[in-house]
Amino acid sequence: MEQMMIILFSAILVDNFVLSKFLGICPFLGVSKNLKTAMGMSAAVVAIMLLASAITWPIQIFLLDPLNIGFLQTLVFILVIAALVQMVETMMKKAMPPLYKALGIYLPLITTNCAVLGVTILNINKAYSFLDAMINSFGAGLGFALALFLFSGVRMRIEKSDIPKALRGLPITLVAASLVSVSFFAFKGLIENIFG
Amino acid sequence: MSEHMSDKTYKSPDQRLEEKKKSESPIRVVLNGLLYENPAFRLILGMCPLLAVTISAKSSFFMGLAVIFVLTGSEFIISLLRHIIPDKVRIPAFITIIAGFVTIVQLVISAYMPALNESLGIYIPLIVVNCIVLARAETFASKKSPLFSVLDGLSMGGGFMIAMLFMGSIREILGSGTFFDFDLPIFGSVILGQRIDPMMFFTLPPGGFFVLGICIVIMQFVVRGINSRNAKKNKSPLPEKVASDSACESCGACSACNGSEVK
Repeated sequence: MEQMMIILFSAILVDNFVLSKFLGICPFLGVSKNLKTAMGMSAAVVAIMLLASAITWPIQIFLLDPLNIGFLQTLVFILVIAALVQMVETMMKKAMPPLYKALGIYLPLITTNCAVLGVTILNINKAYSFLDAMINSFGAGLGFALALFLFSGVRMRIEKSDIPKALRGLPITLVAASLVSVSFFAFKGLIENIFG
Repeated sequence: MSEHMSDKTYKSPDQRLEEKKKSESPIRVVLNGLLYENPAFRLILGMCPLLAVTISAKSSFFMGLAVIFVLTGSEFIISLLRHIIPDKVRIPAFITIIAGFVTIVQLVISAYMPALNESLGIYIPLIVVNCIVLARAETFASKKSPLFSVLDGLSMGGGFMIAMLFMGSIREILGSGTFFDFDLPIFGSVILGQRIDPMMFFTLPPGGFFVLGICIVIMQFVVRGINSRNAKKNKSPLPEKVASDSACESCGACSACNGSEVK
């Protein structure tokens, strides 16, 4: 149980996917302009991360490893994720139109979101068990959501303030991201202090 | 480019042909990749490796080499197959080809450079989802001849590598006081009674965001400088704005999401 809590909290706070691993930067900068789209994107990412990990973990352990073709990992995983996203989109369109309306537009963007491919590969690299892998994916998704949530708040303030002309747009956004990232350093000793 | 498009004055077919030739000249392709449309600082693509790997100049250099190889190789193959791949399944086909090249890089690096493999880690397989590669496959290689595609791959990859090296050098010099692992004598020395120490901030993740922001500003000044010089010579100006930061444009995967831009 303790092990699981460590994995969960380090994925959310200490090793935050966006702010300390730099995975999923594009959606982080792209859809954090307002809170509503940020939350929609985060929900879609959490769901796809869980699904993708649940599918790729068995593929690696029961298919690629026994056949000694582990080097095909990258190729197989990205195709699985692409197919998965497409499938979820189609199914959602048919079965759950309201949910599709809310999340549908974010789904195609997720295929090229490095956070999703990243978490599936990290699960294998760290030799997690299936349960640990799922917890790690869930934590990574929540961490992504947290970063997006906080940052959309920061950005709303930026839009209203007077910024030097040269810094307007992306540069000031990146500098703000840098400051948000600094704030996450406060969590560095968290795991050791609570569980150590 | 958008400024050319919005210019609605009538152009004779000859003029248009000439303009088309101009935009397709090899020099133009090379300059585009290295400067005007530098993938890192102008188009703002591929930010994951750009921020994560630029901790040191050395890892930036090798990551740049890997990106050049994958970009050039996949653009060449995609360009060769551009009439064969059906339009509807082109994105999965592109991804498969790109993933093949990434796997080659992964195998070579893990076989010959285990230390590098450790430091680049997960960012090597993640070249597959690097926006630059897919974006160039979609916008350039799937339309142009193999020779031009190779040139485009080399120049775009080169532009990306130079950008990474630039960022990597800044972060390594200021952050760890070394350059390509050589100690710089200025750090640790005492000037005017002040000991000068490297600033760790720059090697940490926040430093990455910060340096990238500053680099984009510098690049904007450079382009503005070129523009004011061109204006004196009556040449058409370059687009001054960097890529907009809306979701689709900044991730470069517009093609994959059928342009359903997130508003």
